[in-house]
Amino acid sequence: MHAYTEKIREAAQRLLADKKVDGVIGFRQGTIPMMSEPVFIRHADQVHQLTWNGFCGVNLANYLVKRKDRVAVVAKGCDSRNIVLQLQENQIRRDQLYILGAPCHGMVDRRKVWAFLKGRDPLQATEDGDSLRVSGRDFEEVVDRQAFLQDNCRICTHRNPVIYDELLGDPVPEQAGVDRYEDVRRVEAMGSEERWRYFEDLIASCIRCYACRNACPMCYCPTCFVDESRPQWVGKTLDPTDTRTFHLLRAIHMAGRCTDCGACERACPMGIAVRQFTKKLEKDIKELYGYEAGVVPEGRPPLDTYRPDDPQDFIK
Amino acid sequence: MKNPYLPYPVRIQEIITETQDRNLKTFKLVFLNPDDEAAFAYMPGQFAELSVAGQGEVPIGIASSPTEKGFLMFTVNRVGRVTTHLHNMKPGDVMGVRGPLGNWYPWEEMKGKNVVIIGGGFAFTTLRSSIVWMLDPAHRKDYGDITVVYGARNPGMLLYKDELVDWEQRDDITMHLTVDATDDPQWKYNVGFVPAVTKEKAPSAENAYAIVCGPPIMIKFTLPVLADLGFPPERIITSLEMRMKCGIGMCGRCNIGTEYVCKDGPVFSMAKLATLPNEY
Amino acid sequence: MLTIFVPKDKLPGLIGRIMDGARVFAPVRDGDGYRFRLLDRPDKADFTYQNTRLSPKELIHPPAETMFSYSLKKGDPKEGILEEVPKALGKRVVWGIRPCDAKAFQLVDINFITDQVVDPWWQKRRQATVLVGLGCAEPCNTCFCTSVGTGPFDRSALDVLMTELAEGYLLEAVTDAGEALLAGAPEGAPASGSTLSEARSVAEKAEKSLPRLFVPEPLKEKPMTELFQAAFWEEVQFACINCGTCTFLCPTCWCFDIQDEVHHQEGVRLRLWDSCMFPLFTLHGSGHNPRSQKLQRVRQRFMHKFKYYVDKYGNGPACVGCGRCVQYCPVNIDIRRVAGMMTASCVCPT
Repeated sequence: MHAYTEKIREAAQRLLADKKVDGVIGFRQGTIPMMSEPVFIRHADQVHQLTWNGFCGVNLANYLVKRKDRVAVVAKGCDSRNIVLQLQENQIRRDQLYILGAPCHGMVDRRKVWAFLKGRDPLQATEDGDSLRVSGRDFEEVVDRQAFLQDNCRICTHRNPVIYDELLGDPVPEQAGVDRYEDVRRVEAMGSEERWRYFEDLIASCIRCYACRNACPMCYCPTCFVDESRPQWVGKTLDPTDTRTFHLLRAIHMAGRCTDCGACERACPMGIAVRQFTKKLEKDIKELYGYEAGVVPEGRPPLDTYRPDDPQDFIK
Repeated sequence: MKNPYLPYPVRIQEIITETQDRNLKTFKLVFLNPDDEAAFAYMPGQFAELSVAGQGEVPIGIASSPTEKGFLMFTVNRVGRVTTHLHNMKPGDVMGVRGPLGNWYPWEEMKGKNVVIIGGGFAFTTLRSSIVWMLDPAHRKDYGDITVVYGARNPGMLLYKDELVDWEQRDDITMHLTVDATDDPQWKYNVGFVPAVTKEKAPSAENAYAIVCGPPIMIKFTLPVLADLGFPPERIITSLEMRMKCGIGMCGRCNIGTEYVCKDGPVFSMAKLATLPNEY
Repeated sequence: MLTIFVPKDKLPGLIGRIMDGARVFAPVRDGDGYRFRLLDRPDKADFTYQNTRLSPKELIHPPAETMFSYSLKKGDPKEGILEEVPKALGKRVVWGIRPCDAKAFQLVDINFITDQVVDPWWQKRRQATVLVGLGCAEPCNTCFCTSVGTGPFDRSALDVLMTELAEGYLLEAVTDAGEALLAGAPEGAPASGSTLSEARSVAEKAEKSLPRLFVPEPLKEKPMTELFQAAFWEEVQFACINCGTCTFLCPTCWCFDIQDEVHHQEGVRLRLWDSCMFPLFTLHGSGHNPRSQKLQRVRQRFMHKFKYYVDKYGNGPACVGCGRCVQYCPVNIDIRRVAGMMTASCVCPT
């Protein structure tokens, strides 16, 4: 059992008993390999359901927007950054939250494991330190866990929660020497035609289900622009223009707000690398404003304030 | 078999602004192909999808009666994209009608019975159809006493005012018109909410059916009044609204439990609704 | 019925010959998954797949389909009048469909083909399509077809059942259309007794690997409103992010939207996949929404599949156990677990 599991259960027990919170948002054991299910625990007799492992990739901040109650929430580095943004954007108040910070070693990307298994069906997956053991009907593989992390986890530089009420374990060393934008630079280096084709191919299989939007803790508009009918900003078919418009506008809405938590990419049923859109914006915000979304609770994000010396480079 | 999604082309013959706030307009529609009128055989209580090319479709109760030949009539509240566009259309414009859709009030079952019609606001459309149909000489003898309670916020918000006055004069139908409030000295009818007026006029439940259509709040407070008067749930009939697209029970959105409002409804008895999830 | 054995190297020849007279769709590699595609070469079909990511419902019920077209040109005598558009509704063969996905077509038929009204496009495509099923020798860990009334070698919705054997394929005609497809195929030889018994043991082994996880039959007896009000929905719905992945991938989810789109003075009326997971699905023009809450939408999906459909049509459940929603739900809501709760009707903490 992961050391955090005990800690989470202990904290949940205590917070519920002390009536500090109305419930605890965490994970319970998944029903299939390499998955854990977000769960809301209200009573002490359910606390034993809470668990922690390397399959807790879901961003729990997604369950906080506009809540009315007081909750404890388990938060990885990325979850905590989204909480910071939600606080800044007044989607929830700090006094409603008790944050159980989970210093994170990165979450396993089951799609990578599937690809590695080449059609062999995983029946069980367990972690042991840096290794991941996956077994099926007639095979067992032990692999280096690091090689099977979600793409965003591999380049994560904020594994430790940036805001918390208590930590579930010692802070983990942040990854040093990470090149966050290697892929973005590759796209930037493309000619405009090649780049156009790159993004066209990227979204060719999109079925417009909007799972990327719904998985995002920062996508909380009461009516999303794609659902608006008066005026109708974007067509609803699989016409490339409409699909393109959806992805571009979704990305633009995330400018200066995306923490690269990977929730969108994790949710896409078609396996589209949707982070390719948001990462470029993240890079621009960093280069233009020296700003990383959701890292510092104080102050306002650059795109909702005005300073006379704001960079003007976007107007060319 | 005819493509059930393809509207019949119709021409707008006349547009009547019904209410003071100009949010309700009645559209008289004429089929472009006379054969289509024969194919569009309907009963009071049914609805149709009004289709505007480039805008979409909207489900609206049929306000005309099958006994009125040569046209269809719909009274449309301006709410969304299609209805707003409709309100800006002109006589002579071409649009579409798809239907008739849904079930109708239980006319066979109600034969030989007294009929109490209770309506509120702009839900009076299919009730108008019903009244005209029952008052037609071919059908009047099939039904006993006809009593109507119809209310609106103020006199200017009543639909079909000329007809209401005509019906007032007749002796084969009892009308109780009411408004929530008015400062109009000319208003010579009731003042008060529909449930209260129903209670006051106390139509007999004996051998009678009640058809109730109106805003949810009116229905909510009218049902206990009807129960007190002795109407069993089997004989209280209502018509429901839902967001619809296909109108033929296929697109999946308008269900209440097992029932598609577009196809298995929109007309339900209170007894039937009691067996369904309370999700409407 | 006609039963033939086709050696592995001759199958592309057989498919290729059929491609001369029909459009043939088959599973092909698509990114890191599989998808049913129109074949341009028979050897592109890849029958080593476990299941496609998107169900083949898109072949009969496309995600976006033009229903009608019209002109909005002022003065055009046909201004504003909708007309049907030509469609490729000719003969088609779906080669290598899983029996569960084929079963889903039968379940959805009940919605689209009724006594009173028929969806013309669904019906025409169904009638024009011959289904060659690929028996499921190695079901995935997310499969539960045997719990919902079908199975890895269920032939009840197929025209031909194909079973992969060590040296080739056994092709068994199930319907006349299947028989016609296989008749006189020079690639095939009569199946020997040992071939037939090999196929039987493949099927038996697969069926045995799929324990029944729940028994949906008692749901028929449960009052609808009682299940509707059950306390467990609160727990079931929590993790849901209403993303609609389950409904989009599901072979038995048929709900659709109708929308108009205009480019300059030409317009089309379209139908598009829709999802009961979306608030907009049921939003009234007035702003009222009978399913405004996530719990209501999540409940609708499961109740529709396991209760409403069953009660309405005396058939079902409207689930074939393909496991796509289990596999791809980003938050691990597991329909097998929910169905278990519904059939047991108790709050069952894990």
